[in-house]
Amino acid sequence: MALSTASNFAKPDDAFRAIVEAHRGLSDKDSADLDAALVLILANHIGDITVLREAITLAKRRMIDTSQQQQQQQQ
Amino acid sequence: MVQTNPGQGASPAKVQFGYIRHGDQDHAAPVAHAVVVVGAGPVGLSFAIDLAQRGHAVVVLDDADRIGEGSRAICFSKRSLDYWDRLGVGDRMVEKGVVWNVGRIFHGPSELYQFDLLPEPGHKRPAFINLQQFYAEAYLVDRVSALPSISLRWRNKVTALEQRNDGAVLTIETPDGPYRLSAQYVIACDGARSSLRSMVGAGFSGKVFEDQFLIADVKMTAAFPTERWFWFDPPFHAGRSALLHRQPDDVWRIDLQLTPDCDPQVEKKPENVRPRIARMLGHDKFEFEWISLYKFQCRRMERFIHGRVIFAGDSAHQVSPFGARGANSGLEDAENLSWKLDRVLRGTSPSDLLETYHIERSAAADENIRESTRATDFMAPVSAQEARLRKAVLALAKETEFGKRMVNGGRLSVPSVYETPLSTADAEAWASGPCPGTSLLDAPLKAADGRHLHLTDAFNAEGRRFTVLSFANGTAVDAPGEVGVIRIGGDGFADAEGFAGQRYGAEPGTAYLLRPDGYVAARFRHPTRETIAAAVARAAGLN
Repeated sequence: MALSTASNFAKPDDAFRAIVEAHRGLSDKDSADLDAALVLILANHIGDITVLREAITLAKRRMIDTSQQQQQQQQ
Repeated sequence: MVQTNPGQGASPAKVQFGYIRHGDQDHAAPVAHAVVVVGAGPVGLSFAIDLAQRGHAVVVLDDADRIGEGSRAICFSKRSLDYWDRLGVGDRMVEKGVVWNVGRIFHGPSELYQFDLLPEPGHKRPAFINLQQFYAEAYLVDRVSALPSISLRWRNKVTALEQRNDGAVLTIETPDGPYRLSAQYVIACDGARSSLRSMVGAGFSGKVFEDQFLIADVKMTAAFPTERWFWFDPPFHAGRSALLHRQPDDVWRIDLQLTPDCDPQVEKKPENVRPRIARMLGHDKFEFEWISLYKFQCRRMERFIHGRVIFAGDSAHQVSPFGARGANSGLEDAENLSWKLDRVLRGTSPSDLLETYHIERSAAADENIRESTRATDFMAPVSAQEARLRKAVLALAKETEFGKRMVNGGRLSVPSVYETPLSTADAEAWASGPCPGTSLLDAPLKAADGRHLHLTDAFNAEGRRFTVLSFANGTAVDAPGEVGVIRIGGDGFADAEGFAGQRYGAEPGTAYLLRPDGYVAARFRHPTRETIAAAVARAAGLN
């Protein structure tokens, strides 16, 4: 698998925090716009269409799992 | 902050102390003392013991006459246990405490991951013990009574402070009326609601978290392992977080996140707490020891030193509890300050040395505040976007390593690394080992007579002074006279399991200079008497 899901940051909390702080004070709509720009910037930096596709697959799979969970909880 | 003590199941360890009139109260003019500590909590008591062991007389004042009430710390770190070993109370704490190293994080009904805070062998003390704060305080008070140079005075409430150039005068209210004391230094360990802090006119600003947290200590027999269990969105407490942690005497700490808008007066009623806990445990066979409802705050004083008043512990900095960074950082304050004040009182270092207490410990407070703020933010996201980010991390944590590492259920207290003018920069290349500004790493040793001990014991036995840790290369290290020496290899201690050499990246001749608080001040591949003396002088604030 070319997509790395190992923990690559020396301090993962710093990375998470940087993203959180980038969104602080933004409206929900502005946050979504920021995320879209961020995704395109990072995708370009990676520059590997195979990795990008694997990342999309992983992200989508997690979304499906989560929505299934929610449906189960509602039942 | 709202808290309540339902007063049920009072523990035998909660001790009442009597007020005793002191001869100082018979004098119209304030009697002069070198050091007065305000506040007989874990920090004030530990500091007083430390300074007394270093040969000073200390007065400790406390406005209460009992321990065992109010907010309670339960997690004491390895670093705190090392310190308490040096104060002669470590064994008693560990004997009574519940030892733990492992934490587990759950999301919904399933376990996300587990972590081991001390995954390597060869340490005298575990990563943590859990121990009710009133036990810790009771053991410290016992130790104080064995030290005649400490005068511990209950129901002595400081009501006024007057700063002078060479000290401070305190007005103290007692059941017999007021009296005054003068002190060269006043150490304010009087907690988050410090009255000394108001008396020096200092602010205490920071961040208040909106979510309320319910903390309950319940007594029950249960088969849960001795681990820290943390849940995001558990089935028994949907949408919020929960923590379960074992204490001695079959007491369990339970911490439940509530909504920002719930009514604390209603929520803290035992009859309303009981069903919440019963849902979590799956039964209601438990008794309440203590119930409390909090909004957490993260804040610190801008300066820890105000004239002759020095602040330590919660009076100087306050954090949310996720990470066990409150009491543990206060104990680090105490150890950092005591050796410096000892030298200043003796005149062997200039009073400027105390400024490095502020430099080192305020940076540590910033780090603790940063870590506990991040953990609390992760538990209680403040916006829809933050909630989405957290949801993504929790979802990704199921199958990815990076996701697990980003889940933040509290990053537990480890000693800070100081960037400090007291350190001497490395002159050689080091691939491993603790850099200057780092707390010493423990390792098992063996004495010439076959006795097993740890490096922390050897450091303690050297008298908690500047000490050179030397890895033998045939000849003994040439250390200045007032400096202690721990020699490993040759005719010194044997590196019983090879851990000391490994952990310190040692080569023959390697030497570390340890400060009296066990922090690395300098390290050398080829030490000489001159380079060691220069590093001691720097670490003692002499240049």
